[in-house]
Amino acid sequence: MIATTLSIAGNEARRIFTSPLAWTVLGVVAAISGYIFVMLLLSLQADPMALSDYMGVSDYISAGVFGFATLLFLLVMPLMTMRLFAEERKTGTITLLLSAPVSTTQIVLGKFLGLTVFMLGLVLILMLMPASLAFSTDLDYGRLAAGVLGMLLMLLAFGAAGLFVSTLTREPTIAAVTGFGLLLMLWLLDVLAYQDVPLAQVFRHLSLIGHYDNLRRGIFDTADIAYYLLFTGTFLWAAVQRLDIERS
Amino acid sequence: MDDHTLIRARGLTRRYGPTVAVDGLDLTLRKGEILGLLGPNGAGKSTTMKMLTGCLAPSAGSVQIRGQDPFARPEAAKRHLGYMPEVPPVYPELTVDEYLRFAARLHGVPRGDRAEALARAKTACGLDDMGRRLIGNLSKGYQQRTGLAQAIIHNPDVIVLDEPTVGLDPIQIREIRALVTDLGREHSVLLSSHILPEIQAVCDRVMIIAGGRVVYADSMAEAMRASFSSVIIGLREPPPENELLALADVGRVERIDAQHFRLHCRTDSSARDAWAAAAARHDWGLFELRPELRTLEDIFVELTTGETGAASPEREEAA
Repeated sequence: MIATTLSIAGNEARRIFTSPLAWTVLGVVAAISGYIFVMLLLSLQADPMALSDYMGVSDYISAGVFGFATLLFLLVMPLMTMRLFAEERKTGTITLLLSAPVSTTQIVLGKFLGLTVFMLGLVLILMLMPASLAFSTDLDYGRLAAGVLGMLLMLLAFGAAGLFVSTLTREPTIAAVTGFGLLLMLWLLDVLAYQDVPLAQVFRHLSLIGHYDNLRRGIFDTADIAYYLLFTGTFLWAAVQRLDIERS
Repeated sequence: MDDHTLIRARGLTRRYGPTVAVDGLDLTLRKGEILGLLGPNGAGKSTTMKMLTGCLAPSAGSVQIRGQDPFARPEAAKRHLGYMPEVPPVYPELTVDEYLRFAARLHGVPRGDRAEALARAKTACGLDDMGRRLIGNLSKGYQQRTGLAQAIIHNPDVIVLDEPTVGLDPIQIREIRALVTDLGREHSVLLSSHILPEIQAVCDRVMIIAGGRVVYADSMAEAMRASFSSVIIGLREPPPENELLALADVGRVERIDAQHFRLHCRTDSSARDAWAAAAARHDWGLFELRPELRTLEDIFVELTTGETGAASPEREEAA
């Protein structure tokens, strides 16, 4: 039932946004990415010729701000996902959901949708920075849109992986550390791709970061989109399985 | 299965590794009754309730809520169920109204009925003035009531309450008990407790659980009847024990001291007047004749401390 899933999503989003953690995270992300944004503009002002390496201001800004954003997401997303199941299990509130007439799939999807509302907030903050240039210069909206889509897809993937890790434990801090470790490992697979190792190409395709680079550069490739959606779907499915096993 | 059986559990078993928390437990909850699960701490009450409410799958055995398996068909089975676990599952960052509204949606209360359901649950649990308060700022007693309101907001047929009065002050305990009694008029309630008077005060039927098994199950009226199965008799000039054994209805004689004996009756009808007459006839010098009453507490202590069956011969030797 979709209505129940949306109820769980709404409740989750409400709980996320009533916690100081969410606002702190949004504040810190805004401050740091804003700082990067201003630094980029200042260095562009000092050396306008730097643009010759990029395809216009949109490319320059999105490469810088959006590229740095992934690092921020990697740091903050485990903090947001850790509470989804681990904290509920620790405080016993998970029972409310488990004893209600809802399926495990509805619980997982509902919570993930609630988290998505927060992730949209993150993307919105980062979108505002290049958008503020629209008053003074022409922007390549298609390129920026691809970058925004890439950020959102990457956040979905981070969120799903973190949600899965959160179902594994009852300690929020352990969920956060494990989530961070998992994301970092998947990120670092990209490094292997440039080494002389067997299956280097496979690692390249599996890495979270490689697929984002295309979108950030404005290349909309179905393979990248499919990668993120598959990644997200796989971890959500694993979370459902994990919760079902736990009940039985 | 008839219409009046709301919860039926057969051979319910749950293992945690090598530990068996619940072992082959049978339970039936009928319409309109308050069933008390009584047992010492760690007897398996909470585990049983988690399995009955579909929060934990049994290692063996089956549960049906109104004929539906809560694991195969959670939506259908849990619709009729309200559950308050030991720790009330409340979100401290929400207000009472926000929380209860979510609980109502979660349990499928139709949009149009939600406001009414919310008001009804709040009134029933004495939360009328608390709607806009943050749950995290409420006292333990009010959090408990919020958890209770969550369990009844969708007007379920079956309400399962796991130790609802733990951590409350005596006045709050009385209020919660009164509330449970009220609920019992329209709903079936399964209540667990390790406090005897609580079960005595509110339940129609009692089940005593020890070591994960049902060791006693009877109606409260039966359990409360002061039955006795032994009588202490005091005689100044006691005859040999076999003469006492020959008295009507005496199954076994146990010597306590030189003048006191415990007579175990075969039935609890007791032939005390016949014994008194025999004592007078033989000049035994009867000075005491006292039935040993068995209250629910005695039953509880006896069954849960394992002083029955295998243990009793040792006790006799010691005496």
